[in-house]
Amino acid sequence: MGLLKFFSKQPAALSTLPSGSFTVDRDGQIVVSTLPHNFPKALLRDISDRVLKTFRGAQEAQLPLHELTVRFSGFKLTARNMRGGAIVFLTPLTPLDPTK
Amino acid sequence: MEQRHKILLLDDDPDLLAVYQEILARLPSGPEIYTATSGPRAMKLLEAESFRVLICDLKMPKMDGLQVLSVVRRKYPQLRTVVLTSVVDERFRSRVYALGVDLFWQKPSTEDEVKMFLECLESLLGRENGGGFRGLQSKSLMDIIQLECLAQSSAVLRITNGPLSGTLWILNGEVIDAQADQLAGEAAFRKILSWKTGNFELLAANVSRPRTIFKSYNALLLETAQALDESAGAAGEEPAKHAARTLLSLMDQFKGIEFVLIAKPGNAGSPEACGLENPKPMSAWAQRTADRFRTLADRFHAGQLEQIEGLGPQRNVAITPHGEAAFCVGWHHSVPAEEVHETTRKVLAQWVS
Repeated sequence: MGLLKFFSKQPAALSTLPSGSFTVDRDGQIVVSTLPHNFPKALLRDISDRVLKTFRGAQEAQLPLHELTVRFSGFKLTARNMRGGAIVFLTPLTPLDPTK
Repeated sequence: MEQRHKILLLDDDPDLLAVYQEILARLPSGPEIYTATSGPRAMKLLEAESFRVLICDLKMPKMDGLQVLSVVRRKYPQLRTVVLTSVVDERFRSRVYALGVDLFWQKPSTEDEVKMFLECLESLLGRENGGGFRGLQSKSLMDIIQLECLAQSSAVLRITNGPLSGTLWILNGEVIDAQADQLAGEAAFRKILSWKTGNFELLAANVSRPRTIFKSYNALLLETAQALDESAGAAGEEPAKHAARTLLSLMDQFKGIEFVLIAKPGNAGSPEACGLENPKPMSAWAQRTADRFRTLADRFHAGQLEQIEGLGPQRNVAITPHGEAAFCVGWHHSVPAEEVHETTRKVLAQWVS
């Protein structure tokens, strides 16, 4: 039976677009998160890294920012600068979303 | 042996899928029908098989139809896509077409509607990859106006170019009025005809529309063509000068803009900019930021990166990817976030035109 299980085709799970928020400190450490537990930690760190780099880069380009919104066709990321760290909101967009 | 086309049906309701499967079995070309009850499952099937058509519902849990379509349109541009939905809101129809979907159908409820749906689908299956005509892409707006006027028609022609929109009123073969954003009359007509691409729809005539354009359509088209030729001639001037002049005119047209910048990838020449003393640091940041979130979009399957907006105590900023480049607009900090988002789209559309 174990052998049959091995050959049976298991549809690989495709990560769904996450919904929730998390806070990251200035060193890129995740402080708190409301995202699902199965959301990949590496991806979370990747997102926070990109957000922090964007805030820092803006500061260096003489354009200090306190809020950042990134719009994808099916997803929205909003981040607020918190003294070097950030709070990040992840929102999948649905057909009934009035903001899109 | 002729290969049968494959159709993928995506709907979260298994009972409906069974009904559709039965209906699609009546298609004369006899395609193979596959089904999926969720977006992720459909994505896996699309990776594994080569499909001709995807028929997709809009309202689905977890990953809705728009999310699926935005990913599919980018990953499989050759795949024909059809939305079959019970959502009757016109906003979704326009959003679906904006994603490049081939057909938007409300779920058929009568035998006639089913018949029409099957005819459309059969025609979609029969179209060859990379060939044939879709819409009226080969006709310019000038051609369309000429056709309407030569036929002595009366109609309202609504034209959209991304976030820009304009309307032309045609009465008995003459253009009697035009409107585009804040412009009206001949100025609006010239503005609309300067757009290189867009969509149009013909609406019923409005005979009570007051006339503001008194020139014949021939004279109007000739003058506009001449003005467009002249501005194309001006484009032959030194590129840097021309770019600066174009960006300056954008700053004049939209209130609240403090700078406009086109950041190019790598070291592809110096950035085109207006309103910035030293555009290089800003250009480098804009380009890096656009790249950073473009690649994030790929990791997430979240659809295309559309826009990045930043709000700050000194300035607000919006970055819109444009091909390999990043189109960046700096706004006065008093311009609200929603306006930054909407108006930047218009500025970009105007610049592209």
